[in-house]
Amino acid sequence: MSLSIALRVERPGFVLDFVLATEARAVALHGPSGAGKTTILNAVAGLLRPSRGRIVIDGAVLTDTAAGIHLPPQKRRVGYVFQDARLFPHLSVRRNLLYGTRFAPREPGGPSLEAVCDCLGIGHLLDRRPATLSGGEAQRVAMGRAWLMRPRILLMDEPLAALDEARKRETLPFIVRMRDEMGLPILYVSHQLDEARQVAAEIAPVGRA
Amino acid sequence: MFTEAEWAAIALSLKVTSVAVLATLPPAIAVAWLLARGRFRGRIVLDALVHLPLVLPPVVTGYLLLVAFGRRGPVGAALEQCCGIVLAFRWTGAALAAGIMAFPLIVRAIRLSIEAVDRRLEDAAATLGAPRAAIFATVTLPLALPGILGGAVLGFAKALGEFGATITFVSNIPGETQTLPLALYAYTQVPGGETGAMRLALASIVIAFGAVLASEWLARRTRRGA
Repeated sequence: MSLSIALRVERPGFVLDFVLATEARAVALHGPSGAGKTTILNAVAGLLRPSRGRIVIDGAVLTDTAAGIHLPPQKRRVGYVFQDARLFPHLSVRRNLLYGTRFAPREPGGPSLEAVCDCLGIGHLLDRRPATLSGGEAQRVAMGRAWLMRPRILLMDEPLAALDEARKRETLPFIVRMRDEMGLPILYVSHQLDEARQVAAEIAPVGRA
Repeated sequence: MFTEAEWAAIALSLKVTSVAVLATLPPAIAVAWLLARGRFRGRIVLDALVHLPLVLPPVVTGYLLLVAFGRRGPVGAALEQCCGIVLAFRWTGAALAAGIMAFPLIVRAIRLSIEAVDRRLEDAAATLGAPRAAIFATVTLPLALPGILGGAVLGFAKALGEFGATITFVSNIPGETQTLPLALYAYTQVPGGETGAMRLALASIVIAFGAVLASEWLARRTRRGA
């Protein structure tokens, strides 16, 4: 894959400049809190419009402010695993997982629900409601939901930050396993360097790292 | 227990109120969504316009309806010519008056519940590829459902009690526009009407109580489903 990001985001009291061009499968954005790591993910996902910038994934131009291009999130096929999971509380785990599939490309080749559940160890949770899941389980379901929508790239925003130490140790191997089975590029955000190194070969510093 | 005329008033009230609330819900949901999520010029004007029936004297609302929807009014004449619909002095006019009077309360309740829906969930649905209409139907609406039910019950209560705009717009015609409050009022205007008025008062209490119980039951069912 090739990923190229060049951004400038200006907010009152906050300016972020970020440039990244990489061929690596997994890249970790690392930097202190408030440096703008989540802002970068939001710009890649199309949830935030940068003041200036260009974002290209494998030749697909998602944002190019100079050319007036800024695709809405719906058109980007960018899978996003949020720090707080954001599962739909009124839907079962199964319907959460399958939510994006009806908007995904029709041609065959995507992962099956079974394969995703096996990889992430969530097959026994399918009929549960999100409110009954532990933090680690909810994150794994969120990962599966983003994977099943057949994205071009997976964004992961500190997926372990809300978990305690034991849950972190338990969940990290699932992330590594998914990375290897999924065959999709990952943009991973973490403020913990050892965690970032376990997921990604390449570390991109953000802010004063 | 009730006389035939009283039954007619009760049945008419239920019909007028149900039609008013059901017909009001879709536009109320649309306007509530616009006010909660829309970013456009004139939002404050729309907000004020929606609240107008709440702050105007009901007689004024009824009079304006009569001017606009009367058989010679601009809207009323057009409706009669194009579709053969007459609202003035008909039960449908009573439903229109009740719906307009209930509209602000329904919009308010639904707007609050839409504002309470976590926008980050809508963002998540957008990244999953859902178009805006699908996000509204699969995320926003189901999560706002308790508020929509609450708004419907509030609107039902308001429409059931609607008096001033109704009597001004469609008058007090037994069997056609004489709803329960109008029938009760008519009783108070004649000697010996006290027992009839009391019977209708009791009927109002039973209907209102039933509506609250039904909404509790529905809210509990949606919560269990959620």
